[in-house]
Formats: sequence, C-alpha cells, structure tokens
Amino acid sequence: MSSETGSATQGQMPLKKPGSAIAHRLVLTIGPILIALILGGLILLALGVDPIKYYGYVIQRGLLSPTGIQQTLTRMAPLLFLAAGLIVAFRAGVWNLGADGQFLLAAVIAAASAPYLADFMPSWLAVIIAFVLSTAIAVIWSLVPALLRAYQGVNEIITTLMMTFLGVSLANVLVKLVFLDPSTTVPQTRTLPVADRLPRLFDTTISSGLIFGLIAIVAVHLMMTRTAFGLKLRIVGANTRAAVHSGLSVPHLTVAVFALSAGLCGMAGAIDILGVQGNVRADWNPAYGLTVIPMVFLARFNGFASIAFVLLLSVLSIGGESAARRLGVPTVFTLLLVAIVLIVLAIAEYIDHRHNQAAKA
Amino acid sequence: MSDLFSDVFLGALFFGAITAAIPLLLAGLGEQMSEKAGVLNIGIEGMMIAGAYAGFLGAYYSESLWLGFATGAFGGIVVASIMVLLCVRFGLNQIVIGIGLTLGFEGLTALLHHFQFSRTYPRLPAADVTVVPYLSDIPILGPALFKHHLVVYLAVLLVFVLAFVYRRMQLGLNLQAAGDKPAALDVAGVDVVRTRAFAVFTTGALAGLGGAYLANIGAGIFVPFITNGAGFLGIVLAMLARGRPFWVLCGALLFGVCLSLTTALQVAGINIPTDVIQMIPFLAVMAMLIMFGRKSSLPAALGIPYERGAR
Repeated sequence: MSSETGSATQGQMPLKKPGSAIAHRLVLTIGPILIALILGGLILLALGVDPIKYYGYVIQRGLLSPTGIQQTLTRMAPLLFLAAGLIVAFRAGVWNLGADGQFLLAAVIAAASAPYLADFMPSWLAVIIAFVLSTAIAVIWSLVPALLRAYQGVNEIITTLMMTFLGVSLANVLVKLVFLDPSTTVPQTRTLPVADRLPRLFDTTISSGLIFGLIAIVAVHLMMTRTAFGLKLRIVGANTRAAVHSGLSVPHLTVAVFALSAGLCGMAGAIDILGVQGNVRADWNPAYGLTVIPMVFLARFNGFASIAFVLLLSVLSIGGESAARRLGVPTVFTLLLVAIVLIVLAIAEYIDHRHNQAAKA
Repeated sequence: MSDLFSDVFLGALFFGAITAAIPLLLAGLGEQMSEKAGVLNIGIEGMMIAGAYAGFLGAYYSESLWLGFATGAFGGIVVASIMVLLCVRFGLNQIVIGIGLTLGFEGLTALLHHFQFSRTYPRLPAADVTVVPYLSDIPILGPALFKHHLVVYLAVLLVFVLAFVYRRMQLGLNLQAAGDKPAALDVAGVDVVRTRAFAVFTTGALAGLGGAYLANIGAGIFVPFITNGAGFLGIVLAMLARGRPFWVLCGALLFGVCLSLTTALQVAGINIPTDVIQMIPFLAVMAMLIMFGRKSSLPAALGIPYERGAR
C-alpha cells in the first residue's frame, strides 16, 4: 500500500514522467474499486453471506470457467456499443440518459425485421439490413430531444429520460400488438434461427458482436481524440460559448452528437438481438444503459479504459447471475456494487483534487 | 359505453388518480426546491425508494402508518445527506452522484428486502381515511376526492405553504438566489452551502415521504423497484412547473389520472395493453415541451457546484 501512495504523490509532481502519471491514474482507479469491493463485502457479511466465497464464485463463474468467460465476452458486445454511444454524448456535453429506450426500440426493430427479411434473401443480407434499419430507428427516436436541445435549449436530461419511458412502453406495444409471433402463446417477436444469427468466433460460443463492439469503441475513441470533428465536439462539450465564438454551428453539432450517440445505442440493441437473443419477449428490458453510464464515468470517457470497465461489469453480472442461483445473493447486488464503485471513485477524485491544490499552494 | 362512464368507474378513476398523484406531487415539490437552489437532484429516485422501504418497515413493525411516514422521510433524508456531503459540500458532479445514489439504493433496498422477506410480500392493513365533512357528500367526486388519508390533504396544503415561502419569505428568496446567482447570495452574507443543503434535505424528506406513501398506502406492500421511475417523473414535473408549486400539483394530477386510467380501464374490462396508456402522460409532456419549450426556464446555476471565488 505504501508503494502505491508513493507513486501517487510522484504523479502529482509537475513535469512528471508519463509513466508515473499512468501509475497515478491506475492507483486512483484500482484503489476505489478495491475499496468498493471491500464495502460490498461488508454488506454481504452483514447479510450473513461469506464475501470471499461470493467473490470467489463470481470470479470463477464470470472469468475463469470456460463457459463463463465465453458468456462474459458475449455480454460485452452490446455494452461496448452503449459505452461508445455514451462517450460521444458525454464528451460533447450532451447528457443522453435515453440509452435504454434507444437500445430497446432498435432491438425490437431488429427482432421484427431480421426473421422476416431472412425469408426471402440470404441471411447475411437480412442481418445487415436489420442492423441498419434498427440503427436508423434509434437515430430517429433521438431526433425529438436533439432538436429540442439544439434549437429550443430544452434540457436533454429530462427529454431523454422521458423518451426512455416512452420507448420502453412503445417497444412493449410493438411486441404485443404489431410484431407478435402468431405461432407461440408467449408474447414475443418471431425468432431468428441460430444459424442465421451473427457467426460465432472460431469454436467458441462467443458472438462475433464482440469484435464489432471493440471496433466501435476504438473508432469512437479515435474520432473524439484524433479528428477535427471530435475536437469540435469536445469544444462544444467543454464550453458552448467558446464554440459559438469560434464559429462552430453548435445546433448542427448537437444534432450530430445525438444521432451518433443514439445510433450506437441502437446498434447495441441490434447486436444483442442479431447475435445472442434472436427475439424480443414482451416486457424484456435489461436496462444495460443505466449500468453502463457509471462504467463510462469510471473510465473518464476514455474508450480503451471503458473496455476494461465493461469487462469488469460483464464479469460481475455474469458471475452475479450464477451466484444468484447458487448462493442466493440476488443479482441486484451487482447494481449496488457498481453504485458503490462510482461513489467511492468520485470521492477519491475529490481527495486527489484537494491534495493537488494543497500541493500547489 | 354507459358501462365505462358509470359512477363507480369514475369514482375509482379519480380516487386512484389522487392516490397515484400524491407521491409524484411530493417528489415534484421536493425536486423543485432542489432545482430552485441550484442542485439538479437526479438521486431523487434513490431517495424515494429508500423512503418507500424505510417507510414500509416502520409501518410494518410499529403498525402505525404515521411512524411509517416518519421513517420514510428519514430514509429519504439519509440518502439526501450523502448528496449534500458529496454534491453540495464537496461539489462533485451532481449527475454522477445522482445516478450512483439511484442505482445504489434501488439495489440496496431490493437486496435487503430479499434477505429480510425472501419471496414473501407482507401486506399492510388498509389505511384509515379522514372524511372531509359535507364535501365528501358530493356525488361521485366527493368520495373520490375527500376520503383519503390525512397525509393527502397535508400534501396539498404543502403546495400553498411552499408557494407562500417562495413568494413572501426571505427563505424563498435565498433559495432562488442560491440557484440563480450563488455568488450574490454569498456576498449578501448568506451561506450558499447551507442554503443548498437545506433544500436537498427537504427534498430528501419529501421524496422519502412520497415513497412511503407509495408503498404504504398506494400499494400496501413493498416490492423491489416499486417506485418505477416516480422520482424521474418528479424531476419532469419540477422542470415543467418552472418554480411554481401550483403547477406541480396540476402536473401531478394529470399524471395521476393517466396512471389511474391504466388500472381503471383494466377493471372495466377494456383490453388495451397497459403500455399504451402508460405512454399517455409522457406523450403529453413531450407535446407540452415541443409547444412551450423555451430557453432559460431553469435557474442559471443549476447543476453547477458553488465554489467561493471561482470565476
């Protein structure tokens, strides 16, 4: 522990070596996670569950066992797309909290169109068209909050939240009334046969969606950090007035950000359906979006760091789902753990910030 | 059609509308105070669920609804105290902490409920109602509007109290200044952090009370995730009301009717998926935003932590 704090103080020195800055970041990131895991363990202990056994089981089932790691990597695909979508928005100062609505609507459209299209065209083409279609729907869905924010200045936190409620209900209506599979009694869409879904990687059960997810998040990271367009978006996010004064068309950029963000969130839904689920059941809402938001914050909107955090979230949720069946700890514990990590990390940032100020003074 | 608009149906509809509106009203009023003082309180959903659980436990073990309301409000205040410490005192990002609190307390209450009651959902006895004399004799509307638990009338009374506070009292002015120009308030010798903390604590108490009402009287039981976005609806109400408590009341009643319509139509045997009706209030709000969405309806310093001397 003492060596960690040592590198942390070095990291605050001006003109530091890049290596020590990274070490500082690592300590500031891994430290809070460990503290949060310990706090979560204390809660488990208070509830009469052996925390070591729980965490051991989660790691065993989420990371180490062959089926577990394959499930974990498959789960990462939609989460990576969501993270990419959120990074675009948050970096540009747009608080898109409507990811779940965009995700779910796109999922329903993908589930409705892919089996239908596969009837009269090669399945690969059907999957591609379904993917594009559902992405487009998500983009269209985000237009209302986008235009309201861009041209009326209406706070997008509220509008996107409401569009999420609307979107979840609308998705259910579509499943129950419009795209109902007549051949089953369960209210759900038609099912895309396993053979028509996205191919699996090599001999594993990992969906190739993982590759697309990784491409998406790296592309977004490079776009935000390495292109002029990304720079413009970041300027809008950092200081809208400065953006206006430097001649940027803020309304246009805002709409573009919404479209990109919602499109990526929609792709997440499409990739989950076309790769894994195959259909959408009524009232299905995994609410990935809300749990990915903390991950993106933890990664400080960095694409590469987000990959690591999404992996962590996947391990925790896949392992947590197994542990729910075996150890009787409900899956909501994962939610709690994510929240504790987020809050502890925010506090750590604050302490670090104060420490830096004190060092300067 | 005559069946649909029978007295019984309308009575049940309006009674249900009031029951559904009260938690939203309390949450909306609470959020309004936070926002007035410049704190965007996304954690209100967490405050409500904490209040619902604490309120349910209080009422369940003490067998007193009033004690349940007290513990519910206290549950909300506990969550609010985290928000005060992190967002008002330390100035951390209100959206991050708000989402964290919401997720955390949704998870925590579900977890505690699981370990406490496993899969059983004990039910509270029906609440005593206070009958308003004379008014409750009005046909249809009387029993629907004037046969509620006392806390319902108090909540409506609170609307007028808050309107008075905001318009006529120094406290209201201080809250407004904390949201619009905190530096000016500071110069005037009023502690910005304390003013904002007061607002957030009040929000916690009101949201907790709303959650307790939702669980103890609205549902009579606690189930995990029972608030189901009621806190977010409160944020929407506060945003639409633009600082006027009376508008929060109107909005809450509108939402209440829509929510109540869902159950009432099902009881009447009309077979529309509940999802269709659940969309109505949100559609209404979006339509209102599209029509009346104007700039600068929010406090200028909303969401910005106050740091003395910062530019």
